[in-house]
Amino acid sequence: MNMLQENNWLLSVGTFLPMVGVVLMMLMPKAQDQSVKLVALVTSIATLAVGIYTAFKFDFDQAEKMQFVANEKWISVIKSSYLIGIDGISLPLYLLSMVITLLVVIYSLDHVPSPGKPKAFFSLLLVLQTGMAGTFIAQDLILFFVFFELVLLPMFFMIGVWGGEQRQYASIKFFLYTMFGSALMLVAFLALFFKTGAESFSIPYLVENGGSIGKNLQVWIFAGMFVGFAVKVPMFPFHTWLPDAHTQAPTQGSVILAAVLLKLGTYGFVRIALPILPSAARQWAPYIGGLAVIGIIYGALGCLAQTDMKRLIAFSSVAHMGFVMLGISTLTSFGINAAMFGMVAHGLITGMLFFVAGSVKERYHTLEISKLGGMLTQMPHLGWIFGFCTMASLGLPGLAGFWGEFPAILSAYNPGAGLNETVFRVFMVIAALGTVLAAAYLLWLYQRIAFGTPKNSEHDSHSTHDELHDVTTYEWLAWTPLLIGILVLGIVPNLLFSVFDPAVQVTLSAFGG
Amino acid sequence: MSLLASESEILAPLASGWFLEHAWLIPVVPAIAFALIILIGKRLPMKGSELGVLSMISSLVLAAGAGYQWIQRTNSATEEQFVEPVIRSWSWWRSGGFDFGIGQHIDGLSILVLIVVAFISTLVQIYSLEYLRGDRRYTHFFAALTLFSGGMLAMVLADNMMLFLLGWEIMGLCSFMLIGHWWEEDANSRAALKAFFTVRTGDVGLLVGISMLYFSANDWTQEHLGVSGFSIRGISAWALSGAPNSTVITIAAVALFIACIGKSGQFPLHTWLPDAMAGPTPVSSLLHSSTMVVAGVYLVARLYPVFFVGLDILGSGGNLIVVIGGITIVISAALAFVQNDIKRVLAYSTVSQLGYMMLGLGAGAWLPAVFHIFTHAFFKACLFLGAGSISHSASHHSFDMKRDMGGLRKVMPITFTTWIISTLALCGVFPFSGFFSKDEIIDNVGHNGYNLFMIIGLIGAFMTAAYMTRATYLTFFGEPRGASAGHADHGDTNDTHNSHDANASHDAHDVEQSHGPHESGLLITIPLIILSVLALSSGFLNATPFGESWERMKLWVEPRSVEVVEETHLGGPGESLIINLPSAEEVHSKSVCGSAQPETGICYAPQLNHAPFKWLKAMMSMAIVFLGIAISWILSTLLFTKRAPRLVGLTQRVKILGFGHKLLVNKYYLDVLYEKVIVRSIAYPVARAAYWFNQNILDGILHAIANSTRKISGWVYKNVDQLIVDGTVNNSATLTKSLGTAAQPTQSGKVSQYAALLFSAAAVAALVLVIINT
Repeated sequence: MNMLQENNWLLSVGTFLPMVGVVLMMLMPKAQDQSVKLVALVTSIATLAVGIYTAFKFDFDQAEKMQFVANEKWISVIKSSYLIGIDGISLPLYLLSMVITLLVVIYSLDHVPSPGKPKAFFSLLLVLQTGMAGTFIAQDLILFFVFFELVLLPMFFMIGVWGGEQRQYASIKFFLYTMFGSALMLVAFLALFFKTGAESFSIPYLVENGGSIGKNLQVWIFAGMFVGFAVKVPMFPFHTWLPDAHTQAPTQGSVILAAVLLKLGTYGFVRIALPILPSAARQWAPYIGGLAVIGIIYGALGCLAQTDMKRLIAFSSVAHMGFVMLGISTLTSFGINAAMFGMVAHGLITGMLFFVAGSVKERYHTLEISKLGGMLTQMPHLGWIFGFCTMASLGLPGLAGFWGEFPAILSAYNPGAGLNETVFRVFMVIAALGTVLAAAYLLWLYQRIAFGTPKNSEHDSHSTHDELHDVTTYEWLAWTPLLIGILVLGIVPNLLFSVFDPAVQVTLSAFGG
Repeated sequence: MSLLASESEILAPLASGWFLEHAWLIPVVPAIAFALIILIGKRLPMKGSELGVLSMISSLVLAAGAGYQWIQRTNSATEEQFVEPVIRSWSWWRSGGFDFGIGQHIDGLSILVLIVVAFISTLVQIYSLEYLRGDRRYTHFFAALTLFSGGMLAMVLADNMMLFLLGWEIMGLCSFMLIGHWWEEDANSRAALKAFFTVRTGDVGLLVGISMLYFSANDWTQEHLGVSGFSIRGISAWALSGAPNSTVITIAAVALFIACIGKSGQFPLHTWLPDAMAGPTPVSSLLHSSTMVVAGVYLVARLYPVFFVGLDILGSGGNLIVVIGGITIVISAALAFVQNDIKRVLAYSTVSQLGYMMLGLGAGAWLPAVFHIFTHAFFKACLFLGAGSISHSASHHSFDMKRDMGGLRKVMPITFTTWIISTLALCGVFPFSGFFSKDEIIDNVGHNGYNLFMIIGLIGAFMTAAYMTRATYLTFFGEPRGASAGHADHGDTNDTHNSHDANASHDAHDVEQSHGPHESGLLITIPLIILSVLALSSGFLNATPFGESWERMKLWVEPRSVEVVEETHLGGPGESLIINLPSAEEVHSKSVCGSAQPETGICYAPQLNHAPFKWLKAMMSMAIVFLGIAISWILSTLLFTKRAPRLVGLTQRVKILGFGHKLLVNKYYLDVLYEKVIVRSIAYPVARAAYWFNQNILDGILHAIANSTRKISGWVYKNVDQLIVDGTVNNSATLTKSLGTAAQPTQSGKVSQYAALLFSAAAVAALVLVIINT
């Protein structure tokens, strides 16, 4: 594989800069909330600045090549090295994680969830950022695994400490479920290592040599990775941790979970599972596609049954990630491009929806749909933003959600070589029906919450009239970039497609084009 | 071939011009206006409405300029020359190594619809200046209205199916915003939801159809035309090339038509349209005349080769489109008889007229159907705006003909005159515009061998005349009733949800105007007058009775079915600008397009027949219309004014009539089926069952595993842990405990145990796997 090594310090700096912020915060006395916030803000701005500089230096004409590659000795005992690099597939996700973290930090300046403790909260946020960014740049399986697991702990504490009433159950479910998947994934990684001659954990090496593994064993190794990644995505039937984690997590946790963490799973499929084990992928593809469309319909039905706004949005993630997985399962560059776009779009849109849900909870002190109503009258701006996100989420053309959804459906009509066309065409029709259900649950949600007249009786007892203020400055600051992103990517989808496409084509070269 | 030789002289290039090549600006202007209205509208002196009106006028000017240049272009071509559409395309997105474009496809059809849309939108916006004055969401209303027109315009000039879909869905969104404009009331927001949702259900067909066409056509279009399988030009040529697999193209055509059923309110998905009357009247007018519902008809007309080949339009005595069109004409006309709400009568009449358009397209009467889009837009917009004028100035925002109208011809002379002209046009009375389009449809349907459907068309014409007479009688004749008689109080109009479209915000200017019924102001009557003049005269643009020289539309709009031999292969997929001007060496032969595979060239349009006009046939259908008017007039007089005892209450006394009446009042129980049975079962039992499965089965399994693991781990802890992995686990447990004090220490302690357990298991499993497979 071709690799470009100029500026290879960039990625390490971008990834570990947040840790500097963490150390600074640790050194501060507990009481200085303001300076803690300032450090967090400055760190995340600096991180994003490095990220933007990386994008600036990134050679988009060679988006298919690994760039800024650094290769240092790390754990030589097990032949694992510190091999990092970035290509057209990882770059947008890498930047997405930085943008989301910064926006979450901005939002948190004004909204540290109870029980407070800003120092711990912001530290965890920054650790999380390092984990996420690291996962997207790692080109060595052990390194990948370390970052992949590093993400787990901050999120566990975020849910467990700052979460809702059932936070313990939710956090432990989240942790154990992901751990279970990781364990099987590790099995798969180790097997891969041994079967390719115990030479290296580096992904480029394994991509070259993975194909030589016997087909039967490939299928088993793929199974291990599949469970690991599928739990993270999450795919039906491994999704049940998600609604609980989302419902209980603080707003910030939900946003990061939806916007970035879920993508670690789908990214794993595209970066690791598919290129290393192509023939196993081909065998698994119909099952992945099947579970994906079940997820689409099942997630939508789950949404329709919800009475809690946040839980509904959480279930909608199951449906949306179903479209992403359907795109991946086609094993075509068209489908995987759609999936990649879907990841970013879902990150922006669902992240935004969770922000809105958080603000609703803050103002009305409830997320029970039946107790909400008339938001457009009381808070017109919030209502319009919510409507905008709803439309984006249901895949309205012209907004980002469409470009993940429709091309994924489209790609299922013509799956990659060796896959059964009839089966995938059935998937296509089912997925298309899923778009109707998406319109149903989202519009129904919007109708119940935003339209009609305010149900005053309920919140009068809890809150004063002042709390029903419209969107605040901090909220505007945190949300505007997301809203602009949703619109711009919807109108100019090529901003992302042109970056993904060359890299995806190279990734798929194992499938013969 | 001798023909070919005699005509192989070098043809002059077709005329083009600035307006044709910049037609893409037509939807861009309203899109920009929309953004501006949202951003700064509220701060402008007219609250943003001026931007909306201005953008519509600019679009109209651009469209008219393009129309003029298109006429020049067709004139510059010889009689038998295919007039190449003006296509320009830019790269929009790329995936899988292919470039996908965005651009314009300008030909007679798109120009015609562009002009209609821009024209009606302009008038509707001017009308709304007055009609919605003082509304609390005045600015938002104009923003949505502008985007609505922009979406339709973008869809109409789309050069590929992706852009088409974009415009199509934006209209869906705007219809949701506009129908639910007064969303404080539950009924309105429900109607908005229903409209969006029903159309979206049909859209599944569009998604599937586009996908099928793309993958089936792409190879062919890339090879022959250098465009992607989304390109409308490419798909049309491919459909007629003889290359497509007949099953695939049939399924694709059916799938696309399902989308049209939803969008254009065809049976059985028409139920959202009458409910959409919940929106303000200008919205109904725009939605029913030139945007939204016309989109489905336009799709069939636009991709006509696909339907022509896929559904074998000239080769059989019946196909999906004519059957659906025929059913729609009759069932919706029947529903119009039992409505008391004047807007609902018009709504069902729209459904029925759309049925005529579909019938025409399905039976090979392409030009009459397209011409009917054109004429229908004027008289239907006029009728809706007339109804709005009545409610605005005479009946205190009520639309109930039986309670609040009657005898209005004296107080509203302008509204009355324009109404009568448009009604006569709708009924198809010579020489009003509807005659020239509707009668042509019926005539050509029969000519192409669809005799049964010709009779259905005539029955429909009879019913149309009858229900419009009933509505006209109730509104303008007889004695004034309710609000029109001047003794309405406000509370009275507010207790019927379905038949008024006002809300509290209207009451402010109600007070100053509640001096009894009167004629509306100029901003309302001028659009009415303009529209009624067109309702009277627009038919002469294609007046078949007066001979070939009057058939302007045929000359300008109908694509000439000529086999284009020299490929105008200009540019492959790429960023470069493509302007398709046919090359000078273009040669062509007498066409067999549609009925046989083109030999060497490319066909873009199938060969269609035109029925010769016969006065006798026209007289016959005229007689049927007058019979409808007369019978309905007599019955209306007897029923509503004289209250003839034999007729009043007939439906209560005669069982079979009562049953029929009940069936109609309940709209054939389709709404019950959809809302109470299908939607309710999915929204409640099915969704709940799925969720129950989630909570009890999936999570149940999980909890069972967790519990047994806990038990096993307890055992392991006692027996293995203390002996073997003692140190590791204890250390990590204390570490986790200290970190997780807030998160219940005992549980977190266990977490690390599980983790340790899982990882040791993983290591063992990996070893086993490797050993087994070596």
